[in-house]
Amino acid sequence: MAVLVNKKSRIIVQGFTGTEGTFHASQMIEYGTNVVGGVTPGKGGQTHIERPVFNTVDDAVKQTGADVSIIFVPPAFAADAVMEATEAGVKLVVCITEGIPVQDMVKVKNYLQGTGTRLIGPNCPGVITADECKVGIMPGFIFKKGRIGIVSKSGTLTYEAADQVAKAGLGISTAIGIGGDPIIGTTTREAVELFMNDSETDGIVMIGEIGGNMEAEAAYWIKDQGTKPVVGFIAGQTAPPGRRMGHAGAIVGGADDTAAAKMKIMRDCGITVVDSPADIGKMMAEVIGRKAFRPAKI
Amino acid sequence: MNLHEYQAKELLKKFNVPVQEGIPVDTPEKAEEAYKQLKVQYGNNFAVVKAQIHAGGRGKGKIKGSEQHGVAVGKNAEEIKNIAGKIIGGTLVTVQTGPAGKLVSKVLVAQDVYYPGPNTVKEFYLSVLMDRGKSRNVLMYSTEGGMDIEQVAHETPHKIFKEWVHPSGGLLPFQARKIAFNLGLGGEAFKNCAKFVTNLYRAYVELDCSMLEINPLFKTSDEKIMAVDCKMNLDDNALMRHSDLEALRDISEEDPTEVEAHKYNLNFIKLDGNVGCMVNGAGLAMATMDMIKLSGGEPANFLDVGGSANAQTVEAGFRIILKDPKVKAILINIFGGIVRCDRVAQGVIDAYNSIGDIKVPIIVRLQGTNAEEAKKLIEESGLKVQSAILLSEAAELVNRAVSAK
Repeated sequence: MAVLVNKKSRIIVQGFTGTEGTFHASQMIEYGTNVVGGVTPGKGGQTHIERPVFNTVDDAVKQTGADVSIIFVPPAFAADAVMEATEAGVKLVVCITEGIPVQDMVKVKNYLQGTGTRLIGPNCPGVITADECKVGIMPGFIFKKGRIGIVSKSGTLTYEAADQVAKAGLGISTAIGIGGDPIIGTTTREAVELFMNDSETDGIVMIGEIGGNMEAEAAYWIKDQGTKPVVGFIAGQTAPPGRRMGHAGAIVGGADDTAAAKMKIMRDCGITVVDSPADIGKMMAEVIGRKAFRPAKI
Repeated sequence: MNLHEYQAKELLKKFNVPVQEGIPVDTPEKAEEAYKQLKVQYGNNFAVVKAQIHAGGRGKGKIKGSEQHGVAVGKNAEEIKNIAGKIIGGTLVTVQTGPAGKLVSKVLVAQDVYYPGPNTVKEFYLSVLMDRGKSRNVLMYSTEGGMDIEQVAHETPHKIFKEWVHPSGGLLPFQARKIAFNLGLGGEAFKNCAKFVTNLYRAYVELDCSMLEINPLFKTSDEKIMAVDCKMNLDDNALMRHSDLEALRDISEEDPTEVEAHKYNLNFIKLDGNVGCMVNGAGLAMATMDMIKLSGGEPANFLDVGGSANAQTVEAGFRIILKDPKVKAILINIFGGIVRCDRVAQGVIDAYNSIGDIKVPIIVRLQGTNAEEAKKLIEESGLKVQSAILLSEAAELVNRAVSAK
């Protein structure tokens, strides 16, 4: 059943009637995702793309039984939207919004603690379980059904990886875009752990970038508890220090969060790291073919 | 967004954070006036002239073609005017500016804080930032003030203290006291320090800073605590709720090409290499730069065109990249999802025709929605544009372009 979302997931869209919300909700429905309604404060009671609109997430959850929410509201209101969904008991919240102030995310991260809600993102492409359910903005056709899980901080680089994996004769179970902000709901390590425990995933592509220590944290976990082969790539080997490379979190702050430092830690922990982004798919096919993953710690 | 020292200090004063007082000026004559004003106010003959640029190391840095440092003390009106005359209009080179240096258009004439008094003065370090690993704000401080904090962290890590702040409670009184105790303060200075820290943290949160650094944090000879220097960095994402702060942006401190790119909603960073690139998505853009390097080239820039790769943005991107005479080839790498590749291809063709004579080879790699149609469009356009679908093919074309002659 892959991870996070599947055919049975019941999805609501926050920021449903806006341009982005409307466009991507329609695309999700076309993919076969079970979108059960949406939320736009003040437009409750209306119908939008043949789905009911609610004033609050609480109303939407009570009346549709939704367990997943995807957020398209503008950055100034996005943190509030995540917390509203959390309070309403939504199990999985996917926040697409880019540009949320960091101090807002400090609050959100704290708010989520001890609740049963998992946040994916913000500033991410979302989550897709191939041929079942798309909760995000990714082009669905690239994600051919298969048994490789992808976790990535970047949108288009996720598509690139999925495409290469498919061209290498493999396919995707679930792809999780965790987002490129300094504070995100689900970390690389948590996403890797989900895939390690998933019976429909045989291998994992882990894509990171400069900044922070999430890839290192995931690598140490894999060394200790990993049971499946992992192919890794870190974007930003040529990024100058101290400059923010597009993503709010992609900035080299010290010696520990450069691409080279992360790649070394990942290799030391038994991950197969590729230098070139063009080799991700090929390498995944090769390590899956070997079927001989041994964790570094024996 | 970075602020100048004088701007940051003005903001701190609104939060009752004591600072070394000063007056920003842009001519030597105004510097002289400012000195006279400060002298009346503080009854001190000494004053400091501080160059206002967005880079550290000003005190050790020198104005190009002279021995003048970026921060200097004067003891009368004549001296202050002289120093200001040498700094204003000069180019200051510090460890952080690179050899090109930065043009100084303003100086801050500031009070001398080393005035005599009953006790000795002390310099500390204090900064507030967000700890990504813990997703919390942290106050980092040290008894070793006025020095490069990374060096302190490296050589004497036990002299650096950290205090993490719980998001729901904010900085608590016991934490402010702890910081003052750990800095070895007592009496009036202790009370002043706890107050300083509390107000500084409030400024950090309410102004949506991404970093706020006070180095040195200063104890005067009469037990006052004040910020002698201040580096303030604001969270760009939060500027939407601080319209007043947006006005503090100093465009002259930013790379003109990057400012221009920003007008077209392009996320551009100038680098030093020979292969320009234009990519959709920040992660793929970084990965493309890495691939250029592995193919034998050096990336000339980072450029994320975002979700709207059309003729207009592609043309703007071309023009910006082509400003750099070192560029030997340009690689366009678009992974079409919602954006259709054939549309992007048409955009490239239109942009190419609109600019006219492009001397460097253009490599276009379009993958995703309608990639085949896009390749056909490019190949039938008759333009000197090479087309690829796989990333590995693009890498090969880059290699050929940089190896040629």
